[in-house]
Amino acid sequence: MSKNKKTVLILLVVVVLIAAIPLFALKGAEFGGSDDAGSQMIEEIQGDYEPWFTPILETALNGEIPGEIESLIFCIQTGIGVGVIAFLMGRFVERKKWTESEE
Amino acid sequence: MEYAAGLSGFFVRVCRRKMHLFGAIREKEDKNMTKKQKILIKATIAFAVMFAVCPSVNAMHIMEGYLPVGFCIAWGVICLPFLATGFISLKKRISENRRSITLVAMAGAFIFVISSLKIPSVTGSCSHMTGTGLGAILFGPAAVSVLGIIVLLFQAILLAHGGLTTLGANTFSMAIAGPLLSYGIYKLCEKAKMNRKASVFLAACLGDLFTYCVTSIQLALAYPSETGGVAASSVKFLGVFAPTQVPLAVIEGILTVLIVIALESYAKPELKAIGFVKEAK
Repeated sequence: MSKNKKTVLILLVVVVLIAAIPLFALKGAEFGGSDDAGSQMIEEIQGDYEPWFTPILETALNGEIPGEIESLIFCIQTGIGVGVIAFLMGRFVERKKWTESEE
Repeated sequence: MEYAAGLSGFFVRVCRRKMHLFGAIREKEDKNMTKKQKILIKATIAFAVMFAVCPSVNAMHIMEGYLPVGFCIAWGVICLPFLATGFISLKKRISENRRSITLVAMAGAFIFVISSLKIPSVTGSCSHMTGTGLGAILFGPAAVSVLGIIVLLFQAILLAHGGLTTLGANTFSMAIAGPLLSYGIYKLCEKAKMNRKASVFLAACLGDLFTYCVTSIQLALAYPSETGGVAASSVKFLGVFAPTQVPLAVIEGILTVLIVIALESYAKPELKAIGFVKEAK
């Protein structure tokens, strides 16, 4: 099991490094979305392109979703996911402890 | 909003149903933390650090209104049979064994989390991962298409991320093509008797990359370049997406391996029930 633990730790460190290094290596980079890069590419190929449909929430709001609100909604998404995972993992961990102590 | 409410309702219901299966579990042992619990805590901390990294918004799906109507409809129609089989297979699996609901919820939640994390990449732009590899490995590609479309709907309606008109195309790339490849690779590795962790990593990582390749090709089909046609155009789009995505694909592979390790150590009965872990030891 300690072998497992080691793998888990090493993998986590690798993940964090991969995610963090670009941030420090490319100081001043914009870190915009690659979606935007995609739209620019379309414009490059097609000339001016006018999207023929705007996202419904933007239509309802008559403009772009405010940045803070957008991050709020992203957080909600993450929160739902993490909540479910944490809840289920919690149950699994408890169950395992419980069944082991039965034996 | 409706969708979000319905969705969280779905998860709550799923969880509630599970409750009485484990109902007998009480806080029997509450002594020292086991090694694994410590690992879990460390894992959550690492996750938290990752969340904090990139607040900038926007990422990969095809943007709302950026595909011509014909393509939207065509991709949507292509998705339908997958969604139908996915729905049926999920239903069948759950009626066969109610325990597998937990794993379905887990796979869905994993997609939720992973696809909401925008991570900076070497090219100086942010992108996020798909998280569909786990579901594909556990339940097969069809089932994932259902889970994936839930996430895509959430993002399209609430976040103006991806879009309703491009839903078909995005579903095809993220929830069908990627998982299909993941599943195939995983099965191949299984045949070749490769180490499970390695094959999970390969499957998730390449599935993620493949999603972006498909997105590029979808865009290229809609916007063939004047000089080189579809091929030249897809190379161009790949040039935008691929370098950003490679490190993220690696991260996705690693995270999938981590959650598989976690499930293997704590959820053996469920994994056996869905035939992921063969009866051994």
